[in-house]
Amino acid sequence: MSFLKMTGALLALALLGGCVAPKTIDYSAFKQARPKSILVLPPINESPEVQASYALVSQVTYPLAEAGYYVLPIALVDETFRQNGLTTPNDIQGVAPGKLHDIFGADAALYITITEYGTRYMVISSETAVTASAKLVDLRTGTTLWTGSARASSEEGGNNGGGGLVGMLITAAVKQIINSSTDAGYPIAGITSTRLLSAGQRTGILYGPRSPKYGSD
Amino acid sequence: MNKAVKLVLMLTAVATVAGCQTAPQSLYQWESYQPQVYEYFKGEPKEAQVEALERDLQKINASGRKAPPGYHAHLGMLYLSMGKDDQMVQQFRTEKVLFPESAAYMDFLLKNAKTGDVK
Repeated sequence: MSFLKMTGALLALALLGGCVAPKTIDYSAFKQARPKSILVLPPINESPEVQASYALVSQVTYPLAEAGYYVLPIALVDETFRQNGLTTPNDIQGVAPGKLHDIFGADAALYITITEYGTRYMVISSETAVTASAKLVDLRTGTTLWTGSARASSEEGGNNGGGGLVGMLITAAVKQIINSSTDAGYPIAGITSTRLLSAGQRTGILYGPRSPKYGSD
Repeated sequence: MNKAVKLVLMLTAVATVAGCQTAPQSLYQWESYQPQVYEYFKGEPKEAQVEALERDLQKINASGRKAPPGYHAHLGMLYLSMGKDDQMVQQFRTEKVLFPESAAYMDFLLKNAKTGDVK
């Protein structure tokens, strides 16, 4: 009996733990560094779609700037790397943080990797999805301040109830755009970017100095 | 409490909650900045990009709100590629005034522009 009770208690604990266990991030380095400006490096693309890197990176300014950071001009930064003989994301992400700081004067750099981008055609339906992970690094010290990942899919809210009304609206809007676009991944990449890089979310980046909410998290 | 008072209280509560849910205004007026960055990467004609960004800038200025970070610098880069160096310098300087965080990079670009090997 006592064995049964104990097993029961342990089971209950395990279940509770499974539900509650909050994903927490250590923000102490981030809070100490207080970055004002972010240099977004060209994303490493592990998907077979060649346009993935540009489709995503052209949409990262919005969430980061609205979070309160200065984001260096994406295309101009890309040109500067080209002028200096750096043309592949792998080479660029391999440049020493101190050197990036010297040229661009940014406080932090964002290193993005795209692990999924594109459309899978299935018998009944097709799914377009974009998954990316990111790492924010202090360019003065080389310290990692934050890491995160996010995924968005055209099939969200279609057969699960998780997205709710907003999710359904987004899905509907996205499907409409897809019908009139040759690059189905582009609008999905925009949602992935917003999920990955918006402030004010649990485990998300902190608000930056240009936001009225700076310091509230 | 009579029914009328209860109703008023309830309506007030509803209004308060609804008021809280309105989306906060964005920090910047974005217009087509991000789609234009994508157009640039795809190698679409630059004249059309400049046209769109100039038109949007008028809208932003008319509304009295702010262009997002990078907007003026991006426009400056397009001017440079079209040989409009004076306008490039003007845009890079505007970026620097609006966002002092860009000063080091804008100075780097302006310095290189003078020696003629910037892009």
